[in-house]
Amino acid sequence: MIAELGLAALWLAAALAGLQLIAGVQSVRQPDGPLASLARPAAVIQGVLAAFAFLMLLWLFAQTDLSVKLVAANSHSAKPMIFKLSGAWGNHEGSMLLWVTVMALAGGLIGYLERRLPEVTMQATLATQAFVGLGFYAFLLLSSNPFERLATPVAEGMGLNPLLQDIGLAFHPPTLYFGYVGLSVAFSFALGALLTRQVTPNFARAMRPWVLGAWIFLTLGITAGSYWAYYELGWGGWWFWDPVENASLMPWLAATALLHSVSVLAARDALRAWTIMLGVVAFSMSMMGTFLVRSGVLTSVHAFAVDPERGTFILVLLGIYIGGALTIFALRAGTVQEGERFTATSREGALVFNNVMLSAILAVVLVGTLYPLLTEAFGIRVSVGPPYFNPVAAIFTLPMLAVMAVGPLLRWRRDGAKRISKPAVFLTICVLLVAVLVTYLSNASLLAILGLAFAAALAVGSLLPLRGRNLLRTPLATWGMVTAHFGIAVALFGMASESAFSIEKLVAARPGDMTEVGPWKITLDGIEPVAGPNWTALQADLRASYKGGSAITLQPQSRTFWSPERETAESALAARWNGQLYAVMGSGIEDGRRQLRLWWKPFVPMIWFGGILVALGGFLSLIGRLTADLKRHYVRRRSAERREDAQV
Amino acid sequence: MRLLAILALILSPMLPLAAQDSMPAAPYANRQLDDPAMEREAQDLMFTLRCLKCQSQSIADSDAPMAGDMRHQVRIRLMAGETPEQIRSWLVERYGDYVSYAPRVSASTWPLFALPLALFLLGAIILRRRLGRKGAAGL
Repeated sequence: MIAELGLAALWLAAALAGLQLIAGVQSVRQPDGPLASLARPAAVIQGVLAAFAFLMLLWLFAQTDLSVKLVAANSHSAKPMIFKLSGAWGNHEGSMLLWVTVMALAGGLIGYLERRLPEVTMQATLATQAFVGLGFYAFLLLSSNPFERLATPVAEGMGLNPLLQDIGLAFHPPTLYFGYVGLSVAFSFALGALLTRQVTPNFARAMRPWVLGAWIFLTLGITAGSYWAYYELGWGGWWFWDPVENASLMPWLAATALLHSVSVLAARDALRAWTIMLGVVAFSMSMMGTFLVRSGVLTSVHAFAVDPERGTFILVLLGIYIGGALTIFALRAGTVQEGERFTATSREGALVFNNVMLSAILAVVLVGTLYPLLTEAFGIRVSVGPPYFNPVAAIFTLPMLAVMAVGPLLRWRRDGAKRISKPAVFLTICVLLVAVLVTYLSNASLLAILGLAFAAALAVGSLLPLRGRNLLRTPLATWGMVTAHFGIAVALFGMASESAFSIEKLVAARPGDMTEVGPWKITLDGIEPVAGPNWTALQADLRASYKGGSAITLQPQSRTFWSPERETAESALAARWNGQLYAVMGSGIEDGRRQLRLWWKPFVPMIWFGGILVALGGFLSLIGRLTADLKRHYVRRRSAERREDAQV
Repeated sequence: MRLLAILALILSPMLPLAAQDSMPAAPYANRQLDDPAMEREAQDLMFTLRCLKCQSQSIADSDAPMAGDMRHQVRIRLMAGETPEQIRSWLVERYGDYVSYAPRVSASTWPLFALPLALFLLGAIILRRRLGRKGAAGL
């Protein structure tokens, strides 16, 4: 019954998306036509219905209803409740339903709230949103129905991949999806504005919270995903330029460029066509990411070719939306009037420079990710990994970091290079000083040295916009920018430090053995069996002391899950202010010794603290913009009321 | 008889692979080299070699027996005086380009290397057109 209710709600939501599309299109053509008032309510009800369908799926998973195919394939009655619930979106069908739900809720929200833009633009935006939504409804209902029943219920579910039974991963995919969906709203706004010739600062202000929100979620999603890979996969690395990682990075790069471009449009009425273009690209990258992750093309191009239904579906959707949007862009871009002018040495100039750099990095990641898939289709297998991505991305990242450090000091429209020459010289000295120091004191690689040097300069440079300002009266949005830029410096410092100073130790130890890793002394006290709700494990008791200080305990495990059957290594971490000790237990050796893998990684948590700071910066900025919008709205209403009073 | 010979011929290349799972791990699969500088070289190289039995993992972080054998090879070859690039070439010769995460310039990979150059030029042109002129314009 519950499953049928969910399915019915989903079909109704799809029907309402259809209505929203027709009503939107009709009222763009004929603003006072019979359907003109229907698009907004349709959007709201569609959001409610989709949310209802998703709640039904959660309910099924909470109950472990084994007559539902999806539950039987992905859940197990012995799983902890939180993982039962997260199992609802830890699979293909459920995650697509989550995507559609969030998208419908976002559509409902703009349908209900957004009143700043001309009504015709809003109708076009809602129609676009419905058009995109319909594709995903079709995908869900025709090829990935999450509510499908089994002819005969099974006695027990298959369980969830143990790697996914982790609190971090329970919230990682939804976070990314919120980001993707936010970009779909930005895409709809961009097309709505383009179709109705309303590429104005007002449009940018309406679109900006969605871009900012999406960007915050993407930032958090990537940060969390990176940390998950770091502690769960047990090899001590935090980024491998794996296609799945790249799939989440590409929308972030596009969204970062879009975010800066939309700010220029809102503040200065410049970069009109560029903003629209980035809006289209950002959503394209979200869909590309979904295609890569969801189609199975990554496991093997051939596996995809054998069972291509879902992948083809997403690919067709991608073709329709992106091809359509680019066609409209090509036809309409000429009608978008050129925005306000500015010189090279201006805030806009710096932002344009960095947008071009971000786009170049995006192109490198995109081609590097897709190229092996392309050659594999022709029977040639190549691998593209860190040795390619790191240096090539650095070519464009380093100039970007340099401009990022001084750009915020420039004035809008027109400025002299002289005004920033002092800080520029100061920051250059910073870079050189740190570079020379690190080269002397360590045998770090060139990229790590440059990373440390630029991180130091950017950390200083990012704070300079606050110099000479009354900190209490500095707008929240400025604080947001400073925090986010500083966060980038912090993250970069963590990355470079991890690469330059990490120490690894592999030992085969028996209880009582002692070993040293950098400043740490580590003793293996013993190995004992432990049991969890759906696993058993061997657990090592490690006693670690930093430079002879008091000892702390680390307990890495080698776990065996029984449904599905699988062994995983659970790492153990000990964080200090200046780094992290990382321990993994490997396989046993016949003479009773046990393989241990230990790392001391100076300042590595800075990578994720930096990521959180970046997201916090985005959040401050969002709050700042929204309160300013509300204030403006309130003032306008007050003055309208006063005018009415005067007329009476 | 001929059939048996053919069968043996087909199976013989698979023997070492089949034997791996039951044999003890190669000595240097999980044992570091005594010289820290050389071990660092080994680590750097191992992170750029693909584990052929896993999905998207380097041999440095894989538990697969085959990755252990490859780590063993990397370490003993370094000790024998080979350079990391020689070891990479040897592995590429044996397993194909797929094993190395560092693509080499070749007939099938040149676009990867042309791309950054093209982007650099394109970026320079865009920036020059948009920002180069005095009082240049918005996009």
